[in-house]
Formats: sequence, structure tokens, C-alpha cells
Amino acid sequence: MSLASTGTTSAREGLLAHARHIVTENPVTGLAFGLFALFVLTALIGHLIVPIDPLVSDTAAALQPPSARHWFGTDQLGRDIFARVVVATRLDMVIAISSVALVFFAGGLAGLAAGYFGGWTDRIIGRICDTIMAFPLFVLAMGIVAALGNTVTNIVIATAIINFPLYARVARAEANIRREAGFVQAARLCGNSEIRILLTQVAPNILPIMMVQVSLTMGYAILNAAGLSFIGLGVRPPTPEWGIMVAEGASFIVSGEWWIAFFPGVTLMLAVFCFNLLGDGLRDLVDPQRRL
Amino acid sequence: MNIHAGADHMQPPLLDVHDLTVEFSTRRGMVRAVEKVNLTLAKGETLGIVGESGSGKSVTSYTVMRILDRAGRIAEGSITFGGVDVGNAPEAQVRTLRGREMSMIFQNPRAALNPIRKVGKQIEDVLIEHVQAQPSNAREKAIEVLQAVRIARPEERYHAYPFELSGGMCQRIVIALALACRPQLLIADEPTTGLDVTTQKAVMDLVVELARERNMATILITHDLGLAAAYCDRVMVMEKGRVVETATAEAIFRAPQHAYTRKLMRATPRGGITLRDLLPEEVAAEMAPLTTAKPLAGGPSLLVVENLIKEYPRPSTGSGLARLFGAKVAPPEPFRAVDGISFSLARGESLGLVGESGCGKSTTSMMLMRLLDPTSGRIIFNGEDLANISAKTFARSPWRSRIQMVFQDPTDSLNPRFTAARSIADPLMRLGEPMASAALRARVEELATLVGLPVSLLDRFPHQLSGGQKARVGIARAIALDPELVVLDEPTAALDVSVQAVVLNLLQDLKQRLGMSYIFVSHDLEVVRMLCDRVIVMRSGRIVEEGQTEAVMASPKADYTRELLSSIPHPPA
Repeated sequence: MSLASTGTTSAREGLLAHARHIVTENPVTGLAFGLFALFVLTALIGHLIVPIDPLVSDTAAALQPPSARHWFGTDQLGRDIFARVVVATRLDMVIAISSVALVFFAGGLAGLAAGYFGGWTDRIIGRICDTIMAFPLFVLAMGIVAALGNTVTNIVIATAIINFPLYARVARAEANIRREAGFVQAARLCGNSEIRILLTQVAPNILPIMMVQVSLTMGYAILNAAGLSFIGLGVRPPTPEWGIMVAEGASFIVSGEWWIAFFPGVTLMLAVFCFNLLGDGLRDLVDPQRRL
Repeated sequence: MNIHAGADHMQPPLLDVHDLTVEFSTRRGMVRAVEKVNLTLAKGETLGIVGESGSGKSVTSYTVMRILDRAGRIAEGSITFGGVDVGNAPEAQVRTLRGREMSMIFQNPRAALNPIRKVGKQIEDVLIEHVQAQPSNAREKAIEVLQAVRIARPEERYHAYPFELSGGMCQRIVIALALACRPQLLIADEPTTGLDVTTQKAVMDLVVELARERNMATILITHDLGLAAAYCDRVMVMEKGRVVETATAEAIFRAPQHAYTRKLMRATPRGGITLRDLLPEEVAAEMAPLTTAKPLAGGPSLLVVENLIKEYPRPSTGSGLARLFGAKVAPPEPFRAVDGISFSLARGESLGLVGESGCGKSTTSMMLMRLLDPTSGRIIFNGEDLANISAKTFARSPWRSRIQMVFQDPTDSLNPRFTAARSIADPLMRLGEPMASAALRARVEELATLVGLPVSLLDRFPHQLSGGQKARVGIARAIALDPELVVLDEPTAALDVSVQAVVLNLLQDLKQRLGMSYIFVSHDLEVVRMLCDRVIVMRSGRIVEEGQTEAVMASPKADYTRELLSSIPHPPA
């Protein structure tokens, strides 16, 4: 990419201006990016800013409703729910982002190869997808975590596996229609090998559509991790995690202590909502054709 | 010719567009696509609207039909059709007008038809929708309509799906749909672009004949001045949203008034002129005259093609179940896309490969480019049989840089994520001598200058370039490695005529300067006449005629060549 260096400064400025345009053009996208920035910030410095240690229990102050001291109230052990919700952000984000990153590369590359080369590559990858899709996905994730062991790494792997067909199929369809495109033929004439064409010509061009997929599965990944924790797989107490907190608080709703499940639940909802809204903005960001 | 229509003062015109201005809101603010356009059309009259891309010709007609997309709006002016103020009428009223009173046919007929519904049923739908038929007699009526658009064996075609019909046949179906309700106005937006020249003639003859039969007014939107002049009573020339000239077809050809009309007319390829004549006079005067150095006749050939064949298997006719049970089904005869062609090309020569769609000219060029393996035959290039090297491994062959190609669609052939500089540098980086980044940049700039692309545009992405600029990027990429043979696959088919004129001249100059040989694949005989020394006419995978271009054009021997030549629309003399 020796040529890229010559115009780097202008390209970077162009990208910034483009990002500013995307965020300001559509208020919903702006909101989603703002919310996303807030979540990332919370994940990075959340543990430094919470006033109360999320793991310290104070049985004298158990089951208190939201107040000036405990913004989101306290749980049955007297732990501050606000602190726990804030600190849990990092774990949930790490699970979501790493599982999506994993499946983005694995599923994306497999799909690209299937769509571009066709033949046996396509058949094998296609059948793998079909096999995964044949299971109820959440049950499959439960099975994987139960079999591999109850760790965060295994939650990430399980979440990646159940999302694999979604990425592989989108990438396959997009690569397939570009297989005989003019610019791919032209790249062949320029002496590019097939692998190089796949990686430098086809792959970047399916990035915009993959970005939409990323934003959709990111929310799904968070939901999936929380769901696994909810049923007792994955993250174990007392580690703060949104799914566990909802699970723990669920039994208190009937007796009137709604805040224990409510606040982590709302945060989870906001996170999923934010990622789903991010899609269009992300797509526009990586698509040079959207720039002026 | 309907001369009386204009003289009929008693009747108001069928369509009266007055001072029409249409605006589009875009990211860069309001853009005026059409400005102060006036036009009138009488019953039975045929009006041609001619202009290059971006001239506002399509927007004008879309506004008349009120099918502008949401970003567009009528900023000023009025449209009156048969006494109805189309610009301000409620949507329900306009909807009844569309289809029943005015109708439209589009450029790509296949896209305008529902691909999974039989064409007969699609015609029935329209007839029933507009109460022209009852479900009980719809079938007969639909067959009548098919007959009216001169479709042979209409009872059989009634059951055909669009993919089973040729492009020209599909366009007839679309015409049938548009005319099913006997509208008073037909708008044809580039109805024959993308169709073969013989099909174009048949379709246009049909449109004009039906219009005359039904005393229907027609607006023909086209980029082809020759086509408009041959089929229209009056021609209106548009440029950048404004009407620059309106006159009768004869007058506009005899004495064009506006400079833009003259420029457009000069740029239209026609008999008896050279490439330089396509350019505006002042530009042509500044350029070096074309040298007419003929290639050495006796020298060794650069390329010899011997008995080249490409076969594709046909889908098996025997049922899968029968084969499963061991029934011996003879495999069907394979389809021969290219059926044993042989020719040679001398150094510095340019050879035209002409034919209509499906004649095998593109398959031939793909095999010559070594992107496709021939079934049999030899491709001897510089004494080496390249057919022995498979298309898969050819990318790494030293011969790869000797044969390059300019693609038909300049947009499709550039990676949308590569800047122009990166696209031009690609062959240098892969096949050229390793060079430092600065040297590479210098070479790219040198190539850009050679093809007349401003160096300041090199860091742009394809979508930020115009069609002509993209074509130049494609040409620069093809000549980057100083190839000996360049295959030009309809390099100007997607360009406006004035841009085509410039690109054709550029190609000719480059050839002389760099000593390349060209194989020019085209469906346009007039363009081939100007650019090529020799021409091969192909049909159904075979060569039907071969010879010096001038000789073939002046006195064609094969009937098919004569048919091709006579189908080119000729403006009134």
C-alpha cells in the first residue's frame, strides 16, 4: 500500500469529516454513537468512578429502594446496584466485542472463501452452517458452555459459534456476486493471485454489509451472555454481570423490590438497542461511496 | 411525419409544459436538474428529447408522469396534459392518468417485467386492472395485444417467462403492456439502449408504426441524435437542464443553430469521417493529424488464432430419476459459444470484432485475454501457444503483462475502494519491476498525464470521478505495463458521445505512440470503421465476413453484414 501514504493526512481529515457528517446527519445515529461512547467509557473507567465497592455487602442496608446514597437501590446482600451495573459493563462489553470479533473474522473469511471459490469449499462451509443452524441456537450455546466449562472464554466461543452461520452466509452471498465483477477480472489481468484478490479486492467491498451484521449480532451477543448467566451458566456470582443481576432480582419482583432486576435489565436493553441502531452509521462509515 | 398537428390551431396541445423547473435536495443542497423547460406536443406527434447524461431529459419526462422520487419537486412552472394540471392534481387523479392516458417504457425491458410470471398473465393483469377486459375474455385479449406488437406465435409466447425471451422480444412485451390501454401519450426512455442494432430497428419501427396507427403522441428520450432524427418529427436538444434547441428533424440536421447541437452532431459517429472529425473543430485543430502508417503486411504476426472453440455443456434433458436407476441418457450436444474461429493480427494493427449479443465476441476476447480456457484451438502469441497455459496459472505467467484489456463498464471495472492512483498502480506493483514508492507514484502520474487524466484527481475514489475520467483510469491501468496487445471490450459503450469521441481519439493516439496492437470488440460498426484497419464480423460463434474495414463497409459480401449496416439509424439526408 505504498501509495496510501502520500495522501494520508487528507484521507484522515476526510474520514473525520465523514464521521462528523454521519453522526450529525441522522439524529438516531448520533444518539447511538453517543450511547456507545458512554458504554465504552463506562467499561474503561467505571470501576474507578463508582463511590461504593460493588462486592462489599452491607446486610444492614439490604433491599433498600433507590435513594440519594444508593441511586439504583441495594440488593438482598446490601450491595450497591448502581456500582454493580457500572462495573458489569466491562465484562459484558468484553464478551460481546471479543465474540463478535472472533466470528467476524472466522465467519467472514469462511463465507468469503465459500462464495468466491465455490465448489467443495462452498459445500463444506455450507453444510457446517446448516448443522449449526439445525440446533436451537440458545440451547446449543448452553450445551457448548456446559461441555467446555463455565468460563468467560467459553461463553465467548459459544457466542461466536452460534453466530457463525449468520456471518458466513452474508459474506458468501456478497462475495459470490462480486466473483465475476469487472474489477475482479481487472485484478486478475494485473497479475494478482486468487487469494490476494479475495483479500484485497473482494473482502474490503463487503465490509459495509458486514458492519450491519456486526451491529446486530453485538446486541445479540450481549443478550446471549446475559441469558447464559441468567440460567446459571457462564459468569458466576458474586461477579457483577447484568444477566446474573436480573436473575437474582427476578425472585424479588413479586415482593415489591423491583429495582434489583429493573436497573440491570434497562441497562441491558439500552446496550442492545444502542448496538442495533449503530448499524447504519457503521456501514456508512466504512463505505467510501458514501463520502462526497 | 405529422406536419398538420402543429398547424391545428383550433385544438390545444395534448401536452403543454410551461417554464418547468425541477429541484432535487441533496447533501450539497438544492440542485436544479431541469430549468425553465417549455415543450408542447400535439396528438400523434413524435418528439425526440436528446441529450447526454445529466442533461435532465429523463427528469423532464418523469415529472410529466409525476413519478419523481421523493427528493425531487417541481419548483416552478406547470404541466398540462389533456386539460389536467398534472403538477397540482391529486395523486389519485394522476394515478388514473398514468397507464390509461399516458404510459412509459424503460431502458431495461427485462427489469420492467415480473421475472416469475408468464408474460401473457402480466398483460392480462394490466387489461383487467384498467377494465379493458373481463377475466373471462382476458386471455383472448392478451393474445390480440401480443399480435399487435408483432410477436410471432402469440399463443405459444403467452406462456413464456421473461427469461425465455430475447431482449427485443421483452421490449415488445413491455410496449404491449404500455399500449394495452391505448394511451394518448407514450414516453419511451432510451427504449433501445442495450439492444442490438437490428433489434433496435425492429423495436423503433414498431413504436412508430403503432403510434401512427393509433394517432398517439410519443416522446422518445435518447442520447443518440441519429436515432431521434430518424424516427421523430421534432427534436429537442437539452444540455445541463436547459433546452438549447428545438427544431424539426430535418432542420436540426441541415442547419443546427446552437453550438452544443453542432458539437453533439459532430461527435456522433457516421460514415465518411475520421476520428478527429468527432471532436469540436477548435480541439481537433490543435491535435496532431492522424498518421496513417499502415502495419507491415509481410511482418510476422503478433497473434495467430487457430480454430478456437469454446463449448458449454447444456443442461441434461433426461430426468435425474431415470439416470439414478441406470438408464443410459446420451449427454446433450454441448453449446458452442465460439465455433472454430481463426484469424491473425499483425503488429501495430487494430482489428475490429463485430457482432450482436450472443455472437461469441466477448467469449472470444475472454479466451484471448486468458481469463477463460478454450475447449480446443491454439492462441499463438509471439510464437508461443498460450492456450497451453491454463487461465488459472496465467496470472503468474510472464506473458500476463504482454496482453491487457480495457473493460466495457468503467464503473464496474474499478474497485470502489481503491483510489484512481491505486488502481493504476496495481499492475505495476504486481507484475512490474519492484520500485520505490516515489518512483511508483511518478510512473502513475506519468501514465495519468499520458491518458489525459489530471494528476489532481488521482487520489479520488471511482464514485468521485465522471464516466470519461473513469474510462481514462481503466486505459491507464491497461497500458501501465506497455503491453503488446490490448483488447478493448466496447470501451465506450457506457459513455456519452462527446466523451466517446475524446476516448476514441485518445486510444488511437496511444496506439501510435506506444506501438500496441488492438482488438476492438464492438457492436457499433461506425466506431469500428474509424478505429480499425481490419474487421471481423461474427455471428453464432462463427466468422461470417473478414476484410479491410473500408472494403467491408463499402461493399459487404455477407447478407448479415448488409443487414447490420442497414439497421444503423440514418438521419434524414
